[in-house]
Parts: sequence; C-alpha cells; structure tokens
Amino acid sequence: MTTEELKKITVSKSVDARGTACPGPLLEAKKAIGTIGSGDIMEILSADEGTKSDIPKWCGKQGHEYLGALEENGYFKVYMKKK
Amino acid sequence: MENSKEDQLSVAIISGDMDKIMAVMIISLAAAAMDTKVKLFFSFWAIGALRDPKKKAKGKNFISKMFGMMLPKGKNKLKLSKFNMMGMGPAMMKGLMKQQGVMSLDEMFKQAGELGVEITVCEMTMNLMGFKKEEIIDYPHLRYAGAGTFVVDAGESAMQWMV
Repeated sequence: MTTEELKKITVSKSVDARGTACPGPLLEAKKAIGTIGSGDIMEILSADEGTKSDIPKWCGKQGHEYLGALEENGYFKVYMKKK
Repeated sequence: MENSKEDQLSVAIISGDMDKIMAVMIISLAAAAMDTKVKLFFSFWAIGALRDPKKKAKGKNFISKMFGMMLPKGKNKLKLSKFNMMGMGPAMMKGLMKQQGVMSLDEMFKQAGELGVEITVCEMTMNLMGFKKEEIIDYPHLRYAGAGTFVVDAGESAMQWMV
C-alpha cells in the first residue's frame, strides 16, 4: 500500500508497543491478533526499528497480509491484515 | 523414520552466561510468538539460571554445597561473558535494558511460560553440578530428562542449536 493509502486506513486494533524493545512488539502483536477477526486490520506502534522487518516476516509465516509501515516522529506504525 | 522436520526450535544450553541465556530467551520468545514450538534443554552451567533463590535443598554433601555457593543462585545472579567486571557489568547491563525497554530475564521466563516454551533440565548434569530438584524454579512446562530426549527433540526440529 502507498503512504497515502496507509494514512487513510481504518484499523480494528491498535497495539502500542512503543515502551518495549525486541521481541516485545512481536509478542504484543501475537497477543492482539487473537482479539481481532479475519480480514481485520491491525496497526502496531513500535519504537524498535527491527519491528519493521519482523512483522512482515511474521505475516509471511502465518499467512497474514503485510500492508506496509509509516514512519512517525521517533516510532513506526506497521500495518497488517489478519488472514 | 519420518523425514520431515517440524516447525520447532531445539536449543541445548550449556552456558550460564547472562548474555547467552538472554539471547536464547529473546529468540525463543520470537519463535514462540510466531507459533514455532520451542524446546530448551538446560545443562551444565545453564542450570544455575534455573535455581530459585528462595528455595533451599537439603541433604547435600560437602562438594555439592561448595558448588552451590560458588555457582549463581538464579537468573538474576548470572555473569556476563564479557565485561563482567566483578558484577558491575551485569548491573550496568540491567540498567541499560530497563532504560531501553528490554524485558528482564524474569519477564522473559514469565512470557516463555505463557507462550508454552518447554524447558527440560538435564538430570545428569544437574546432579553433577550438585543441584537438586527442590531448588529449581516453578515453571509451567518444566521436566527432567536425559540427553536422549534432546537428541529426539532436536532430530524432529527444523532448527537445532547449541549455546
């Protein structure tokens, strides 16, 4: 997805994992994925740069759709769609 | 014999260094978060990390008592493999971890328990190091076994490591 599309996206769930370093954001994402339904979009907020590559890898393994990431001031917003 | 490898990570941990055990726990948590089954085999020096400082074991002989005194009493007393500096290194590392939002080893073990990470304590080396079951931490998925268990677990795992 393009940056413009990501900015306009409506999410079902937002996970704020900015207080935790690797592998915290991944663990928080894993816990949150169980609370949303198939086809729902989730965003993960992380200050850990590794999250930007970990989430797409996780999506690839689990069959979720990775949508992209936005860079904010000092953190990242990573978007994914549950399979 | 089954030839396919399972989505499983088996790690034999021999080292009792704080940094190495941390690395194992971080990777194990990442794997468990991705639904990879994780089986950790603690042996030799690593078993010191599984001691519960609040528990006491009775009936130890002289050498076991000496070992018990010299070896770290639990995961919060581990030494760094480098920059240990008589314990200043681990203290500084813990300070940095807290500052940067890295989970403590206590938190990592708690999360590992919740995610179903299995811990196997090597019974033979536990006895060799003079440890007893009564002083090992309470952990939801803990068992005692021998090298054969690791060999079979590792054999069916797509990833097998030794630390």
